[in-house]
Amino acid sequence: MSSTTPRLTALDALHRSLGATMTDFAGWDMPLRYGSEREEHLAVRTKAGLFDLSHMGEITVTGPEAAGFLNFALVGDIASVAVGRARYTMICRADGGILDDLIVYRLAETEYLVVANAGNAQVVLDALVERADGFDAVVRDDRDAYALIAVQGPEAPGILAAVTDADLDGLKYYAGLPGTVAGVPALIARTGYTGEDGFELFVAPGDAEKVWQALTDAGAPAGLVPCGLSCRDTLRLEAGMPLYGHELTTSLTPFDAGLGRVVRFGKAGDFVGREALGEAAERASQEPPRVLVGLVAEGRRVPRAGFAVVAGGQVVGEVTSGAPSPTLGKPIAMAYVDAAHSAPGTAGVGVDIRGTHEPYEVVALPFYKRQK
Amino acid sequence: MSNPQQLRYSKEHEWLSGAEDGVSTVGITEHAANALGDVVYVQLPEVGAAVTAGETCGELESTKSVSDLYSPVTGEVTEVNEDVSNDPSLVNSAPFEGGWLFKVRVSEEPGDLLSADEYTAFSGS
Repeated sequence: MSSTTPRLTALDALHRSLGATMTDFAGWDMPLRYGSEREEHLAVRTKAGLFDLSHMGEITVTGPEAAGFLNFALVGDIASVAVGRARYTMICRADGGILDDLIVYRLAETEYLVVANAGNAQVVLDALVERADGFDAVVRDDRDAYALIAVQGPEAPGILAAVTDADLDGLKYYAGLPGTVAGVPALIARTGYTGEDGFELFVAPGDAEKVWQALTDAGAPAGLVPCGLSCRDTLRLEAGMPLYGHELTTSLTPFDAGLGRVVRFGKAGDFVGREALGEAAERASQEPPRVLVGLVAEGRRVPRAGFAVVAGGQVVGEVTSGAPSPTLGKPIAMAYVDAAHSAPGTAGVGVDIRGTHEPYEVVALPFYKRQK
Repeated sequence: MSNPQQLRYSKEHEWLSGAEDGVSTVGITEHAANALGDVVYVQLPEVGAAVTAGETCGELESTKSVSDLYSPVTGEVTEVNEDVSNDPSLVNSAPFEGGWLFKVRVSEEPGDLLSADEYTAFSGS
């Protein structure tokens, strides 16, 4: 994608006026950080952070058979999602490989909003259009219809409450309802990718600056700061949340990723990948493949995606994500390791960091869980 | 940002101070520190180690990546900044001052070090 001009979000001018360091991400020019990514990370953990996530890919599905169609196209039981609620799910190939992980919001009886990762949005859109054949359902590319702004952190509910009359107390985790934010229409969802309480606000691109500014003003006394994608990555890593392209790929099934629970064999009707996923579930229960674990460094060198996990001089796995953890104050990583070395506390596990085997402790995920 | 006039610069974004008793101080530029993001780990050469102009002599680890540290000159390391080892954020907060990395007794200097103005033009900032 480097050969094409990156796409700009509706908040691009605002990011530049804030002095953001920008980065190309999945074909979009996105804020990487505004100042120190460590301080942005800690602000989300202790106060609040404001994110532009307009690169995420929105796809609307409508029609009398919208529910049945999504039950066929995705691995989850989407028909059972109540209006006003959301579901974390995946779209897989017929061979069970993960095409993307998704959040699906049920906006009405016959209307859903599917949110895909930026880098997979076209693949998901193409797959949905192809799979809609024979269903009375319409798949609509709404990537240009929305800007997406997230306010995340323990102060997020108070900050959002100051600029909306929506009933936030009644809005549970993984719920979404239409409302008004800063006087403009918004889909207000209690979702996020940080491990904190918070909201994601889908608004018209033309309203994005107004919403961003209102949240900035309302959040200033509480310590809200603008946050870039760099801290979003360390926040989700600490929270043990997978990232497509790292923990999730087309060569893995949800069972390989330890997320077999998203596959609902009991739902009505057939779905794409059912047979292959049934075999994958069987394999995972009998002879588990590599297991996704957490690693915490004893030293200070940081493991990166692709580094080998080693034990007794042998390669026993591979790091999928790694970063210095601002909350733990140590480097952390997620890695797929052979089942024999995957139990928390397994002795003698290390990471090959540019030729040196650095000791690492195997831990259960997540690294961080917020106090409720 | 401005690059101090009294320093000279390598195209690998290190700075070099003028010599005092044959010993110069080395650090990375503010441009480089900003590009790295928050530095979390610094591996410096050991005192007494021989370093060679244009070759790696350590590494700088930030949130998103690890970068090699290049020596801008050839010589022998006489001192390393222990403060930076203990608090790598000094590289971000004071790259030209408290965030210096090591001192080197210069035996040979490449001919292509840049002046402050040349480096500003080269790095674009």
